[in-house]
Amino acid sequence: MNPINSIQDEIIDEFAFFGDWMEKYEYIIDLGKSLPLIDEQYKDEDHLIKGCQSQVWLHADEAEGKVSFTADSDAVITKGIIALLVRVLSGQKAEEIAKADLYFIDKIGLKEHLSPTRSNGLVSMVKQMKMYGLAINAKSQ
Amino acid sequence: MEVTAQQAFDIEKIRKDFPLLEQEMNGKPIIFLDSAASSQKPAQVIDRLNDYYRTGHANVHRGVYQLSQEATTAFEEARELVRQFINAPSEKEVIFVRGCTEGINLVASSYGRKFINQGDAVLITAMEHHSNIVPWQMICEERGAELRVAPVNDAGEIDLDALYELLDERVKIVSLVHVSNALGTVNPVKAIIDRAHELNIPVLVDGAQAIPHTQVDVQALDADFYTFSGHKMFGPTGIGVLYGKEEWLEQMPPYHGGGEMIKTVTFEKTTYNELPHKFEAGTPDISGVIGLGEAVRYIQSIGYENISRHEHELLVYATEQLEQIEGLRIIGTAKEKASVVSFLVDGVHPYDLGAILDKLGIAVRTGHHCTQPLMARYEIPGTVRASFAFYNNKADIDALVAGINRAVLMLK
Repeated sequence: MNPINSIQDEIIDEFAFFGDWMEKYEYIIDLGKSLPLIDEQYKDEDHLIKGCQSQVWLHADEAEGKVSFTADSDAVITKGIIALLVRVLSGQKAEEIAKADLYFIDKIGLKEHLSPTRSNGLVSMVKQMKMYGLAINAKSQ
Repeated sequence: MEVTAQQAFDIEKIRKDFPLLEQEMNGKPIIFLDSAASSQKPAQVIDRLNDYYRTGHANVHRGVYQLSQEATTAFEEARELVRQFINAPSEKEVIFVRGCTEGINLVASSYGRKFINQGDAVLITAMEHHSNIVPWQMICEERGAELRVAPVNDAGEIDLDALYELLDERVKIVSLVHVSNALGTVNPVKAIIDRAHELNIPVLVDGAQAIPHTQVDVQALDADFYTFSGHKMFGPTGIGVLYGKEEWLEQMPPYHGGGEMIKTVTFEKTTYNELPHKFEAGTPDISGVIGLGEAVRYIQSIGYENISRHEHELLVYATEQLEQIEGLRIIGTAKEKASVVSFLVDGVHPYDLGAILDKLGIAVRTGHHCTQPLMARYEIPGTVRASFAFYNNKADIDALVAGINRAVLMLK
């Protein structure tokens, strides 16, 4: 099984233990609070993805065809979801990132946060992550 | 027995007029506190739309058959209702547009192309919605004019001295908001209009947030243009009104070309229709207009006096209750406010608060409210905004306060 999907399935299993949205949100909020996600030097205009509701910073590094991501947000729920996305995509092969189907968000019941109408920067961030994957993959071929 | 206005205002009965208020959101009874974005619709308006489409629909102003004539009559009756509602002198001055945004775009474009030239200026304020900024930026860029912005103070009131300072003979139009969507401030538009008129400068008033809360009399204000949206005043989406003084509208070129707005067309030359049709190209939003007329009737049946009193009570109660939450700061503390409360809680991002309130069935608006320059003025990313209509009650506010307390506990 491809490594991106096995991490997604892991997360889905973890979320299956939560009884209601409160527990899910508490977990996401904890994730958002506890993780230092991005080096302060990258929290600048160049790395900023502006949403109407919240802002997201994204930085990518490449080594041997694999892409590692660090990211952050000013909103803690957004940041918690970023932590999950980073867990799924960071360190994976560029090619796999480019074609990843991120089904776990829907399965764990957080789809609304990845809807364009929320305008929290997450949709653009995922698009940007895949673009990095695409670009790095194209470069290496 | 005489029934006083207060007795006649039965909040529980009014709430029953709004079917949406009985719905659930995320499995919880909905607490709708986002009427400043768009209000809910009473059954009277919904039924009228339904009835129109089932029994009365045909195109207007062109059929010789009975159905078309009836639709035209209903359409023009709604115009007359709106005319009386805002006390416009003539129905020629009541133009149907898609909404407040289109009303402003129409004036910026048509008035701008005729009257704004190189070196002229347009004056707005720092608390404008993007729809009262961008159309003016566009026309200023096109005509080589300057966009001037009157500042606001910390409380969220226009700095009138600064505004008057910016008002000189180079200014060709002033465009400002009557009630701020982000802060709730009620601006002294009458005083500003009088001052502008001393220099013969016309004034457009963006009334989108005023009309759901307060009686507007365009003649008493002496506004040159006044525009508002139907969907914020309990009517359908996609319909709005631009009132303009005939003397200006006559001089302005049409905005859109097409059917309805013409008198004669040849390939060499087209002559334009009379007001208001000159500005209403194409088949209009007939059902929207008829629904809007019904919304006017509904508001009148409740009465602005009752609406204002009830909403003021809600505003005072909400302000008191919210201020008791530790770390909560109200953004916009003008002396004159409509029933809008924008706020921030220390250490809590508006998006996070909004997302948790959503799960509790509470609909509030979060973000910059399409007023990015205003948010920049206060150096904040946005706010959480609760806005109240006459169908809200104190229980809604209690639910909001409880929801915020619960969310803050989770987030902090």
